[in-house]
Amino acid sequence: MTVVRAEMLEIVTHVADEFAAPNADDVDRRARFPVETIEGLKAAGVLGALVPTELGGMGATMSEAGDAIAALSRRCSSSAMILAMHHLQVACLAAHGRNQILRAFLAEVADRQLLLASATTEVGVGGQLRTSKCALEVTGHRFGLEKQAGVISYGAHADAILATCRRDPDAPPSDQVLVLCTPPGLALEQTTEWDTLGFRGTCSPGFVLRAEGDLDQVLTDPFGEVAAATMLPVSHVLWAFVWLGLASSALAKARQFVQAEARKNPGTTPAGATRLAELVVVHQQLEWMVRAAAERFDHRAPGEDQSMGFALSFNSLKVAASTLVVDVVTRALGICGMAGYSQRSPFAMGRLLRDAHGAALMVNNDRILGDNAQLLLIYKES
Amino acid sequence: MRDQIRQVLSEHARLPVDVATLDDQDDLFRAGMTSHASVNVMLGLEEAFDIEFPEAMLRKATFESVAAIETALIHLRSVTA
Repeated sequence: MTVVRAEMLEIVTHVADEFAAPNADDVDRRARFPVETIEGLKAAGVLGALVPTELGGMGATMSEAGDAIAALSRRCSSSAMILAMHHLQVACLAAHGRNQILRAFLAEVADRQLLLASATTEVGVGGQLRTSKCALEVTGHRFGLEKQAGVISYGAHADAILATCRRDPDAPPSDQVLVLCTPPGLALEQTTEWDTLGFRGTCSPGFVLRAEGDLDQVLTDPFGEVAAATMLPVSHVLWAFVWLGLASSALAKARQFVQAEARKNPGTTPAGATRLAELVVVHQQLEWMVRAAAERFDHRAPGEDQSMGFALSFNSLKVAASTLVVDVVTRALGICGMAGYSQRSPFAMGRLLRDAHGAALMVNNDRILGDNAQLLLIYKES
Repeated sequence: MRDQIRQVLSEHARLPVDVATLDDQDDLFRAGMTSHASVNVMLGLEEAFDIEFPEAMLRKATFESVAAIETALIHLRSVTA
C-alpha cells in the first residue's frame, strides 16, 4: 500500500492513535522497541516519505515529514524519534548518494519499507560528528569496516545502517565518508545496555559494527558536505518536530485539566487558567519557530546550505527548541499539579518530562553552542 | 601571496602534514583541516591581509586549497581597491 503525500498526516495520526498511544507506556517502562507502531508505519508506506517520487517514494517536503512526526510524537515520542532518525538517513542518501547502487537502494527503501539507522558516534571520539577513528579498508572495488559505535539507535531493529568513517587508513580523522552498510554484509555485536531516563523506546545501545560491501555504497559527497547540507540541518529540524509533538501532548493535558476545573465551577476562572495562557505563549514560540525552520530548509537557495549563516540558524534552532520543550512540559506539570506528578492519572507528565530532558543532551547543547561560538568569531551578516 | 597564505596555514590549519608538502591545488580539508581549524585560518588570513571575508565567501569552497584562498583574496582586493 502506498500513500500519497496529502494523506500522510492523516495516516500517521491514525497509526499514532491506533498503535503508538496504547503501547507508549509499555514501550517506556520496558525500554522496548515500539514494534507495533513501526510496523504500522511500514504498512502505511510512511518510511518512503522522503524518497524521491521518481524512485517510488512520496517526495515529501521537510515540513510535511515534520508535521507527521509531530503527530506521532503526541502519542509516543520514542516512536517519533525513530521515524525522525530514519527520515534523516533517507534525506542524506537522497541528496548525496547519486550512483546507481545507492539510487537503487533508495527505491528499495520505498518499495520494501526498509528502516534505516545511523552509526555516527564512536568509542574514544564521543559525539564529535566530524571526527572518526575507524577507516574503510579498500580492496579492489570492495570495502571492509569495523567500527566501535558508542550508540546505534534501534540498531538491532534496522534493515540498514549509515556509518561515518575515515576515507582510508591513511586519511586524517576529519576526512570522512558516509557508507551504507546492508545485510548480508553487516553484523552487529551489542556492547552496552540502553537503560536511560527518557526516549527509552529508541533502544540505542553501543555496538561493534562490522560491514563489507561494494565501494559504490560509499556516498558520493565527502561527509563534511553531507553533514553541513543535510545531516545537521535536517536532524535539528526533525528532532525539533519530535519535541514539538511532545510539548503539544503536555499542553493538551494541561488544557484538559484546566477545562475540567472550569466545568466544576462555571463563572469562576480556575487558578491554572492564567498559567495555561502563559504556557500557550511558550508553546507557540516553539511551534512557530519549528515550522519556520522547516520552511526555511524547504526553500533554501542552491548552495546556501554550505554557508555559515545556514549552519548558525539550524544550530540555534536545536538549542532553542530543546530548551523550550522542557519549559513547556515543566509548566504543564505545574498546572496539573499532583495529577501530573502521579504516574497513574490521565494527566501524568512523567514520561513527557523525562523524554523532554533528553533534547538538550542528545548532541549536547554545549557542543552546539561551542560550534556556533567558533563560527561567530568570523561570521558577518549579509 | 602564496607564501603568506602558506605561513597562515602552517600557524593555524593544524594539518597532520607539513603544508610545504601540499600542492597549491590540494584539498586542505582532505589533508585534515577541521572546520574549527578553518575558522582560525580565516581569522589568520583576515589579520595577515587586513581584509574581512564577507558572508557570501564564508563557505568551505573558499578555503579548500591554497589556490582557492588566493583567488578569494585577489577578488577581495579588487572589490575594495
